[in-house]
Amino acid sequence: MARAAVLGRLTWRLAEVREVLPETPRVSSLELQVPDWPGHAAGQHLDVRLTAADGYQAQRSYSIASAPDGETVTITVERLEDGEVSPYLVGELRAGDQLELRGPIGGYFVWEVATGGPLLLVAGGSGVVPLMAMTRVLAAAPSGVKARLLYSSRSFEDVIFREELDRLAGLGKGLHVFHTLTRSQPAAWKGYARRLDREMMREVAWPADQRPLAYICGPTAFVESAAGLLVELGYEAARIKTERFGPTGG
Amino acid sequence: MAFISRGFKGRRREGAPSGRIPPGQYLADGFPVLSAGPTPRTKLSDWTFSIVGEVDTPKRWTWEEFKQLPSQEVTVDIHCVTKWSKLDTLWRGVAIDTLLEGVESAAEYAAAFSDGGYTTNVPLEDLTGGKGWIAYEYDGQPLAPEHGGPARLLVPHLYFWKSAKWVRGLSLELEDKPGFWESNGYHLYGDPWREQRYWGD
Repeated sequence: MARAAVLGRLTWRLAEVREVLPETPRVSSLELQVPDWPGHAAGQHLDVRLTAADGYQAQRSYSIASAPDGETVTITVERLEDGEVSPYLVGELRAGDQLELRGPIGGYFVWEVATGGPLLLVAGGSGVVPLMAMTRVLAAAPSGVKARLLYSSRSFEDVIFREELDRLAGLGKGLHVFHTLTRSQPAAWKGYARRLDREMMREVAWPADQRPLAYICGPTAFVESAAGLLVELGYEAARIKTERFGPTGG
Repeated sequence: MAFISRGFKGRRREGAPSGRIPPGQYLADGFPVLSAGPTPRTKLSDWTFSIVGEVDTPKRWTWEEFKQLPSQEVTVDIHCVTKWSKLDTLWRGVAIDTLLEGVESAAEYAAAFSDGGYTTNVPLEDLTGGKGWIAYEYDGQPLAPEHGGPARLLVPHLYFWKSAKWVRGLSLELEDKPGFWESNGYHLYGDPWREQRYWGD
């Protein structure tokens, strides 16, 4: 379906913002109603285009957070203080506004039930967004695919989707979530409390002989580190898929 | 009337030279990284560069031999399909023209192939005539692995995914066969000035 969804020409569509949902102090989800949305697969992204009154335009790409659901598409956006587009999406946009977008984009960093597992999802910060779409697909259907999510955030309040992840992990559908908080931790925190390292990866990752499929998304240095650790643990390079956020963004 | 984003003013960048930023792009400060999998680590003693495919006699260089070839320093603007552009980037590498000297071929296309299995397709005329290089230095330093070192293809007039990282050779082809990103939704040719990002653009 991912392939079919990107086959045609990607036309710009006017979506309507249904709801703006604050997730953390710096991150919000935008629930969009997109007329004639062709459908998407977990892991794909879309392009947003903003147009000022004088015709000036700016485009950025955002990962889709939602599982396929008709014409409803949710993107989850982190506000970058020096960004041009994200402060508009997170600070200015409100329910009832329109937003121009096209997608879905990308046929590689995608996961569908038929892709199988076991799945290892490794997220740094807002890199959790495309992996959340995978988690939501996993939770929605009885696939029998086992998944582990290792999710690194700076602090407890920076954890995006925290309550939903707790709930999905509690469904007993084979999802396990492991958090690490790198800068500060609440009292009685039971998760990891340091940056991702070899020992943590070894404890969380499926053994390589189960031929797991890994998806890693986050800042460049985080992704480089996580992918390197998995190669050391014996994961096949071709079964480690990465997506990175550069030092710039929007 | 065209759509206007309510309340959006935009932040036109001071000092962004007009005529150098293609449509839909913005000027980046850093050097973002985009790749689909782990960064390959190939020892220089194991590294070779090959010209294969539709050629009478394939060519091959070791790292030592490759570094002996005449090189050029080039300053170019680069444009990534993920929207960032970077101006006046400084590279050193060997011109594809130099590598193809004396090569007899009816091919009109090239498939660049890389460590890690990445491939990308480029018409041969976009690599020759001073338009393409195999670059091994960036900004006066050996090219870092996350940016494609030890060597990457440099085709700056096309979107930067065409500038294959960790490149190990060119296969000359009679037909234009889609490479990795070109099979995954991205444009077969990738001209940033015509905004050829995705299939159908």
